[in-house]
Amino acid sequence: MNCIIIDDEATSRLVIGQLCSHVDDLNVVEEFSNAIQAIKFLNQNKIDLIFLDIHMPDFTGFDFIQTIKNPPKVVLITSDSNFAIDAFEYECICDYIVKPLLLPRFLKAVQKVTKAIQLENSVAPVASASVATNITSEVVEDTKTNKEEPSSSGNDLYVNIDRRLVKIDIPSIYLIEAKGDYIQIKTDAKNHIVHSTLKKIEEKLPKDLFLKVHRSYVINTKMIIDIEDNSVLIKKDVVPVSRSNRPELMKRLNLL
Amino acid sequence: METPNFNYIKQLSGGDLSFENQLLNVIQDEFPKEKETYYNSVEKGETKAIAEIVHKLKHKISILGLEKSYETAILYEESLNEGEFEYQKEFEDILTIMTSFLASL
Repeated sequence: MNCIIIDDEATSRLVIGQLCSHVDDLNVVEEFSNAIQAIKFLNQNKIDLIFLDIHMPDFTGFDFIQTIKNPPKVVLITSDSNFAIDAFEYECICDYIVKPLLLPRFLKAVQKVTKAIQLENSVAPVASASVATNITSEVVEDTKTNKEEPSSSGNDLYVNIDRRLVKIDIPSIYLIEAKGDYIQIKTDAKNHIVHSTLKKIEEKLPKDLFLKVHRSYVINTKMIIDIEDNSVLIKKDVVPVSRSNRPELMKRLNLL
Repeated sequence: METPNFNYIKQLSGGDLSFENQLLNVIQDEFPKEKETYYNSVEKGETKAIAEIVHKLKHKISILGLEKSYETAILYEESLNEGEFEYQKEFEDILTIMTSFLASL
């Protein structure tokens, strides 16, 4: 069984790796300190099991699971017992272990995963062959033209996340951040990782509401809490404002 | 007050000394950074950010066998999530003890 470990704490990754070494047919293929790197890896590699932390900066374990359509089996490993009920919402989650980890409890979790995979194979051998995740996420392109202004009645943006068109309520977006080949769209409800660029998504957003304040950030100006010299506070995110974008930002403000 | 010990690490390693050393090295590397992040967040008074770093630190507290201190860290994290600072001093005393222990290795 091939697995990966996703945890922002190096200590945790080492502990989980040590426990994995006690299981003969469990092979740790890769370790990741954040979920975004893992998404890229899953685009190209088939794995059977993910040991996943919930509390990670920017992108939580639950955000990660929601981003991939056919996730492999997941064992959540966390220091927080408060999310156990949420975990049952996801079919792919086989177990939930609270740190500190010990071998007997860890082995029990691996057994659960093995049984779940065996059950799937015996019930639907064809379906189980598609465990490999194939994540292709992108901002949905307008079939006619990309340059049209978004209509004022259109409050929704559809993004393609692993072949699902996921609806995002535009006014609920408060921040979009470029992350390599991806953008992270932060909304009141949750965060989405989408394979796209800031330029593409900017074209889909109402210009009176959204503004690029830095080469890596587009903000919803209605959500600004305060502004310092070269940064803006949006929710709990502090976003840098580049010198060239600052005049346009200041123009948008209703200054006393 | 509790003192750090190797009980949990020994249980985990099953006698694998190389793993024990590796784990302690990683903790010695990660702990000071997390402690610094903690005090920076305290200085800014950002309870959510403090709670997040306490959440991380409490794992290391448990690894060093500090069972009662782990419970204190949970209470402090809960208090921070409610915007309060109950158990702050107790938690910071734990950090001091951990710092001395890790420096003595």
